[in-house]
Amino acid sequence: MSTAIVNSPATALPLVMTVQLHTATPEKSLLRFTTAGSVDDGKSTLIGRLLYDSKAIYEDQITAVQKSGINRSSAPIDLSLFTDGLRAEREQGITIDVAYRYFSTPRRKFIIADTPGHEQYTRNMVTGASTANAAVILIDATKGLLSQSRRHIYLSALLGIDHVIAAVNKMDLAGYDQNVFQRVEQEFQAFCRQFGIRNTCVIPVSALQGENVVEHGEQMQWYDGPTLLELLENIPDTNAHHSAALRFPVQYVIRPDAAFRGFAGRVCAGTLRPGAAVVALPSGVKSRIKSIISYDGELDSAGTGRSITITLEDEIDLGRGDLLACPDSMPQVGTRLQANLVWLHSDQMRPGKTFLLKHTGRTMRATVSSIQHCIDINSFSTVNAATTLRMNDIASVILETTQPLYFDPYQQNRTMGSFILIDPMHNATVAAGMIVTTTGPSSSSRSHGEVQLRERILRNGHPPAAVWLVDRPDLAAALEREIFARGWHGQILSDAEFDPHQLKAVARAFRNSGAITVLTISAGTYGIRHEIETIFGSEHFIALSSLPEKQCDALAVLLRHLQAVTGDANENQVD
Amino acid sequence: MQNSHLQHLRQLEAESIFILREAVAEFAQPVMLYSIGKDSSVMLRLAQKAFYPGKIPFPLLHIDTSYKFPEMIQFRDDYARAIGAELIVHSNRQALEEGANPYALGTQRCCGLLKTRALLNALAEGGFDAAFGGARRDEEKSRAKERVYSFRDASGQWEPRNQRPELWELYNGRHHQGESIRVFPLSNWTELDIWLYIEAEKIPIVPLYFAQEREAVERGGQIILTSSGVRMLPGEKARKVRCRMRSLGCAPCSGAIRSDADTVPLIIEEMIAFRRSERENRVIDHDEEGSMETKKREGYF
Repeated sequence: MSTAIVNSPATALPLVMTVQLHTATPEKSLLRFTTAGSVDDGKSTLIGRLLYDSKAIYEDQITAVQKSGINRSSAPIDLSLFTDGLRAEREQGITIDVAYRYFSTPRRKFIIADTPGHEQYTRNMVTGASTANAAVILIDATKGLLSQSRRHIYLSALLGIDHVIAAVNKMDLAGYDQNVFQRVEQEFQAFCRQFGIRNTCVIPVSALQGENVVEHGEQMQWYDGPTLLELLENIPDTNAHHSAALRFPVQYVIRPDAAFRGFAGRVCAGTLRPGAAVVALPSGVKSRIKSIISYDGELDSAGTGRSITITLEDEIDLGRGDLLACPDSMPQVGTRLQANLVWLHSDQMRPGKTFLLKHTGRTMRATVSSIQHCIDINSFSTVNAATTLRMNDIASVILETTQPLYFDPYQQNRTMGSFILIDPMHNATVAAGMIVTTTGPSSSSRSHGEVQLRERILRNGHPPAAVWLVDRPDLAAALEREIFARGWHGQILSDAEFDPHQLKAVARAFRNSGAITVLTISAGTYGIRHEIETIFGSEHFIALSSLPEKQCDALAVLLRHLQAVTGDANENQVD
Repeated sequence: MQNSHLQHLRQLEAESIFILREAVAEFAQPVMLYSIGKDSSVMLRLAQKAFYPGKIPFPLLHIDTSYKFPEMIQFRDDYARAIGAELIVHSNRQALEEGANPYALGTQRCCGLLKTRALLNALAEGGFDAAFGGARRDEEKSRAKERVYSFRDASGQWEPRNQRPELWELYNGRHHQGESIRVFPLSNWTELDIWLYIEAEKIPIVPLYFAQEREAVERGGQIILTSSGVRMLPGEKARKVRCRMRSLGCAPCSGAIRSDADTVPLIIEEMIAFRRSERENRVIDHDEEGSMETKKREGYF
């Protein structure tokens, strides 16, 4: 981009935009960034300045602000009013919640996740940062690096943001003094290094006077770096993992007719190509990509971020929540995970509580079994004694999931390493999670003595159950295979091997081991049905008087009933 | 689209398709609010793409106030038929029979009955638990904090303090019986993105968007088209104006702008050159400071 455009966006912007439509100019890309600042460091003014100077604010909106008669600034127009959204917060003079703003230059479209700096800042900043590739942290030049600025830097690192920019604002009030700027710069850089942030940049600005935001100013000749906008226009998009190993979570199955079965989803790492070998998880079945389908025709490849539909060479069982991965570079898997958790809700969390965990297109039950430590957001030291989590707390926790979870560590891949926790009663999103690693049972949380059935249920992710199949030996093996593929604990028990008395004893042992017991029964043994039902409890006993003739249809019916028994009848989306 | 140099449109497209699929996968009874405008046209194309080669797996719902431009109704019926979509048209019959109109009631109350009430009734009657809408966050200040999944209680109302945080791409659509969610796949698009996409994809739109000579009157600072059946008030005189609609709503309450732009590239050029927001010509947004926020709390899109 030429500097002429930056220096005079008023005339250059429309021309270049129009030309771009018709000629092959460089790609116009998308950058998402988040802004964080403390209450009075001029963040709204800075964003107002970015929007105003890049002509993203319309004349009638400017007129409305002028008409309002409010001007809390010393400039001709109060730029902060363009971004203060809801009436409630305008009256209070504070901004609540994350607001999204948009502006565009010939080179880039920008999405700003604007997060407020007051209470609930952690929850809001984490939300805004979760989708951002860059963070702009406002620092008041007259105050230096405050504890709030440190929190913003820490949260940027936690959320895996690669580019952290400090906008040292109010340089006008600091007399545009280079020494003031350098002091803040050194403090900022040192703090970023502490958290391993790779790309940092510090810019002296005056949002109020428009110095170094969109245009270079007159007041700081000693600064020869880019303006904030120039920097934002040139940050590489590091969120594209085109060369990484393939990860394709199946989002939706498209079957317009019996002949076509397409798996729709968004590539979250790697590049899809026809002919490439893939492994379906959790089933472990291998196949190859046959074609990549899109409304615009078949594609030769689809890189990270694309939403497409694929077909496979083989007819394998695959549905929403399953993952297609590169067989040479598999994701990690575990039911016991160490994760960083940010608590978002006013309800307090005590270990032992079970939630719904949503990870890619999969929702399963998960229990927070222990809090390893909390992070003190002021000192960044760890606090070991935490027994509960409150809103805005950040903690390292151990989670036990009811199903094996396939993931990549969050710092490698955000989509594959992130999850939310949902309260199963009131359905609120209560926590944001970032997976660090899978972990074995720890000695501290190990119970003693005989293993209880409830412990088995927690590990298996389902209670024991029985499926009563009369004269359908064809179904038993197929059902057992499905149970196994889902990571459940289950086994066939056939009356061909035991007399009725033995059968009851073995069924009891199976039940005590927590197994889903697939009983294959011939008409002669039918008499013990009531006793078997008593062993498992009638709510966990599936006996269907009429099953479809076709094996796959019968299996589908049985699995639906099993899902209802193992999970919750009302929660059809939970694995 | 895949060969376009406008890479940001591809990214927006991929995100919108992801959102459409996610909601369809997680809700029992989704529906798409189809307003016939340019944003709806883009949203509809994205739905075609999301479920290709299958059909769009939900019906389209149009809330007909009976005051829409006749050109819109014509376009709606032709286009729905052409792409083989299921179309539901719903009106608040009772209010219309009782004579609801913007002249007698004022725009606020008229919208309340013929749009908001009609919409809530239609959603309840259809048992819809998710409704796609074409709203964008850049349209109006109160929308800047709107979620992609906007949660509504059992009476269809929006409570700003009770919205769920949205992290990564992990949308939480869980809800109790009677509660519903409005889903906004175009949240991150701007008006300019919409037009660039219409151009790149050659998406059909209502001809009212293109400039031509039309019969109109000036009323309250707005150019109101009488060629579309709006009745004239005493003392008004229609004359020919070369103009086009920037935003489509009800004919008596949507102003046209003077323009020569009669192709999509010319519209884009005009858009970039002139600096007025698209809702400026919507009478309803200016009735009262913060009026959009009030309407949203009541259940308006």
